[in-house]
Amino acid sequence: MKAKVDKEKCIACGECVEVCPVEAIEIVDEMAEVDDSCNLCGLCVDSCDYEAIDMPEVDAPKTEDLESYKGVWIVAEHLNGEVHSVSYELLGAGRTLADKLGVELAAILIGDQLQDAAQQLIGYGADRVHLVEHTALSPFNDESHSQVLTELIRQKKPEILLAGATAMGRSFIPRVAVAVETGLTADCTGLDIGEDGLLYQTRPAFGGNVMATILCPNRRPQMATVRPMVMKKRAFDEQRQGVVEPFTPSQEAITSRVKVLETVIQEQETARLAEADVVVTGGRGLQKAENFDVIEELALLLDGAVGATRSVVDEGWKAYSHQVGQTGKTVSPKLYMACGVSGAIQHVVGMQGSEIIVAVNRDPEAPIFDIVNYGVVADLFEFLPAFVKKINEKRGE
Amino acid sequence: MHIVVCIKQVPDAKNVRIDPETNTLVRQGVDSIVNPHDWYAVEAALLLRDEYGGKTTVMTMGPPQAEEALRETLALGVDEAVLLSDRAFAGADTWATSLTLARAVEKLGPVDLVICGKQAIDGDTAQVGPGLAAHLDQPYTTYGRRLELVNGDQLRVERLTDFGYEVVQMALPAVVTVVREIGDPRMPGLKHKMRAKKLEIPTWGAVDLDLNPEEVGLQGSFTQVVKVFSPPPRSDREMITGEVEEQAEKLFNLLRAGKVPGL
Repeated sequence: MKAKVDKEKCIACGECVEVCPVEAIEIVDEMAEVDDSCNLCGLCVDSCDYEAIDMPEVDAPKTEDLESYKGVWIVAEHLNGEVHSVSYELLGAGRTLADKLGVELAAILIGDQLQDAAQQLIGYGADRVHLVEHTALSPFNDESHSQVLTELIRQKKPEILLAGATAMGRSFIPRVAVAVETGLTADCTGLDIGEDGLLYQTRPAFGGNVMATILCPNRRPQMATVRPMVMKKRAFDEQRQGVVEPFTPSQEAITSRVKVLETVIQEQETARLAEADVVVTGGRGLQKAENFDVIEELALLLDGAVGATRSVVDEGWKAYSHQVGQTGKTVSPKLYMACGVSGAIQHVVGMQGSEIIVAVNRDPEAPIFDIVNYGVVADLFEFLPAFVKKINEKRGE
Repeated sequence: MHIVVCIKQVPDAKNVRIDPETNTLVRQGVDSIVNPHDWYAVEAALLLRDEYGGKTTVMTMGPPQAEEALRETLALGVDEAVLLSDRAFAGADTWATSLTLARAVEKLGPVDLVICGKQAIDGDTAQVGPGLAAHLDQPYTTYGRRLELVNGDQLRVERLTDFGYEVVQMALPAVVTVVREIGDPRMPGLKHKMRAKKLEIPTWGAVDLDLNPEEVGLQGSFTQVVKVFSPPPRSDREMITGEVEEQAEKLFNLLRAGKVPGL
């Protein structure tokens, strides 16, 4: 299979030839021709201004009883009953989807002693909480939790299931998707219901250089993990009413072949990075490890986390736990301040979802300035102290 | 002990560029590299083999040129390699990819442990490792930073979580994905390099894995990409000019207006 060219529409402009990563397209006799090395990535489809190129159509076998799958589910993540903020964000996104479809929004809560957490989830927008409590389900265990969720899905049949793209979600949700034989889209940054009633899942692709919109038309549930800090949670409503529905899993489901021997909770910089409203990152422009002081001072002042680029980590100026970018952490804070950062794509993909991006760099030509909201061309060793001083003077005014 | 490492050949992100005129991705001429996270999977396998003995096999699914990626890892001392390559595999999503890899692991005969990198840098899904375990119906864990064999048939894994770390244990055969804390990959050795050049690498297609074309590649995928687009460039960019003092004041006011907490 390979990309199809519509001979009526193609004008041999060659745009698709340029974008094809595997050099599978050639212009032959005034027509784009695709050879067998096509890997069906779809980049050419987007590049064509004449809608002359398309992917071959495929039709996966349909899930049995597809029409009977109803409702939107979110998988609530928690640590010993304390709900992770991504779960509330999922409820915010899920509420919008459920309202568009005119269906119920339910949260799935698996663990032990979770009544309080269930009420929290209702307050943040859930109509129903499927509550699964058992001592064997705490602490979290990939295998038993995925088995329990699989049982729930088979019995209750939701049409959409969302989970956080956290270490936990990304670890156990793929197993569930395979078990119920459906598709799964990782790390979505956008979700919508189309006119066809399907879930349109948008995520960064190709190392974050482009966005792709993905559908799962023939299988149910349509499953996606969602990046933390991307969706908006709703205001907590104490008065909100909902149903807490206990579910009793089978003995097999709560039995895991993986034994958790020890769980250690450590405040980690990686966790801080993912959750902080402000991230201040230092790049090679800092020149040496000691100069990170200026970054740390500003981060502390704004109650933010400290980020670092790959080259800074490779130099040993900062630990890997601070690394933002393709091979590090993805962050999307309210404010991202890149100081002395050139703006290599592999860094940019880890922070481009931030709400406000500020760059401070001496070089006005630095690529980082292409993606900022506010650019400051200045020596960071002069600008940052001045900025810190300004904050101390003016905050609270 | 037989350990299989699954790797992926990916475009080197450092060289990917955006055409400023069309705002599209230009990937032509970009070098292919072994997915950086996969080197830690290779290292993890070699560490286990060095300590407990046995055999390591590296495996990848990709176009014929992905053989190069296999040879790169052979140069570090991996024992054998298999290339999964077939036109029918093209366009696979993570479901189809993990199914194909699972069939290949089964074909390799008794395999005690499959190790993958935590994710690939092009797709960044982290779904293939867990998916592979599900297709094999084997226990698995993710984000491993230390692997240890216990009583000869149990794997103990120290794994990173979002809030610290965990120690888990499971019976082999099993699947694990690993992170860079495993340790830096070793350098290629001369002897291994020579062997890597010459070693015959079998290529398996769908037929060899008893898979129908409808079960693999794009046809065997449940998800479909319906649109690919470049994120719109920030049109609201503002360059803040003036003396440093002035710049600091302007930025402060803009960020406060933007409701940055703490200002």
